[in-house]
Amino acid sequence: MIAVLALLAGVLLGVWLDPTVPSALQPYLPIAVVAALDAVFGGVRAKLDGIFDDKQFVISFISNVLVAGIIVYLGDQLGVGGQLSTGVVVVLGVRIFGNVAAIRRHLFRA
Amino acid sequence: MAGASERNGPAEAAGRSDGSAPGRDPGTPKSPDATAGGADPVVDRGEVSADDGPTVRLSTTDDGPTVPLPGDDETVPIPSAEAAEPPAGPVSAGRRLLPRLTAANAMIGVLLALLGFTLVVQLRTNSTDASLETTRQEDLVRILSDLDAQEERVRQDIAGLEESQRQLNSGAEGRQAALDEATRRADELGILAGTLPARGPGLTVSFMPVSKPVAASRVLDAVQELRGAGAEAMQISGGDGATVRIIASTYFLDAEGGISVSGRRLTGPYMITVIGDPKTMQTALNIPGGVVASVSGDGGNVAIQEREVVDVTALSPPKDLQHARPVS
Repeated sequence: MIAVLALLAGVLLGVWLDPTVPSALQPYLPIAVVAALDAVFGGVRAKLDGIFDDKQFVISFISNVLVAGIIVYLGDQLGVGGQLSTGVVVVLGVRIFGNVAAIRRHLFRA
Repeated sequence: MAGASERNGPAEAAGRSDGSAPGRDPGTPKSPDATAGGADPVVDRGEVSADDGPTVRLSTTDDGPTVPLPGDDETVPIPSAEAAEPPAGPVSAGRRLLPRLTAANAMIGVLLALLGFTLVVQLRTNSTDASLETTRQEDLVRILSDLDAQEERVRQDIAGLEESQRQLNSGAEGRQAALDEATRRADELGILAGTLPARGPGLTVSFMPVSKPVAASRVLDAVQELRGAGAEAMQISGGDGATVRIIASTYFLDAEGGISVSGRRLTGPYMITVIGDPKTMQTALNIPGGVVASVSGDGGNVAIQEREVVDVTALSPPKDLQHARPVS
């Protein structure tokens, strides 16, 4: 599957290159990763549901990442960056749990 | 409607020999399944699947795909293999999406590669960098203020400890100074009391009998004269080598064949070893009518020798005081 291959390629690339995160991106990268994970789990669930749509996945992926980053940036500008990051992580975590639960029901019928 | 269905039913049923599904046939025979599998469930379940809204627009734009990535079509041959895999699900959708799967899958691949990349980078950054580099600004400010408060406390501790160290040092210095002073005083008093040997400039005064023995009173006169001239330590030795330290309580008595000094019997000639200012003591002994003149008048001879260094080595045993007590 190309997605898994691409994920592995990205992991290997990250291990191989081992870059340092620029300090300007450091507050946003973890949130962006969590948002992307949310999109990926949503995509997997949609795939199992048989309603996976490429464009929808791409757009939701990008928009998730962008919105999460913008929220954190806004929080930083407002002085509530830490709390807002926590809120974003909580919301995304809830969504990830829901998607994982759906995937689990699909895979194990339980 | 019922009549129409019955009318169509036998016509179809005759061809299919399927009597169980006469109700489905009258509508569009096969298109509802295809369209429902392709478009409608996407709209219905798209909101459930936590993906954001515009699925309707996406499903309608199936024919104009991948506007941003037309060039990726030939670069990704793998999606065709991948697209052949999912036919277990929506067969019609997969077949219809085949031409644009390459570009879209390339996009997905790029995104997922990016995700894996950033995931690994972030994990590595977090695991390797336990320092403050990744900490948020307000956390840094809080940590800084904590550190400031801690520094303040530690500074106060340092100040207190330095103060106590200074006190202890001054106390130690004071003790050392007091100890030195006490030692010095003990030495002085030991020399005065005759319990310590002494060394210094001084005289040796020899009393040699010529016509008759030297009387104890003459020796006592000489000792008093030397004390008045500033003698600090004295001892007297007899002709047999016996030596007695002369201190405040020393007494001189005439005895048979000599004198008794503090109970010790000495025979002439006597020699007094004295530490003090030699000139002063010599002058004091030589004054007219003084010690030298008296001894000479009594038929004796006095020889005074000035010495750079004399040793007063005889000791007087310390005496335990029975009545006098120090007043502090």
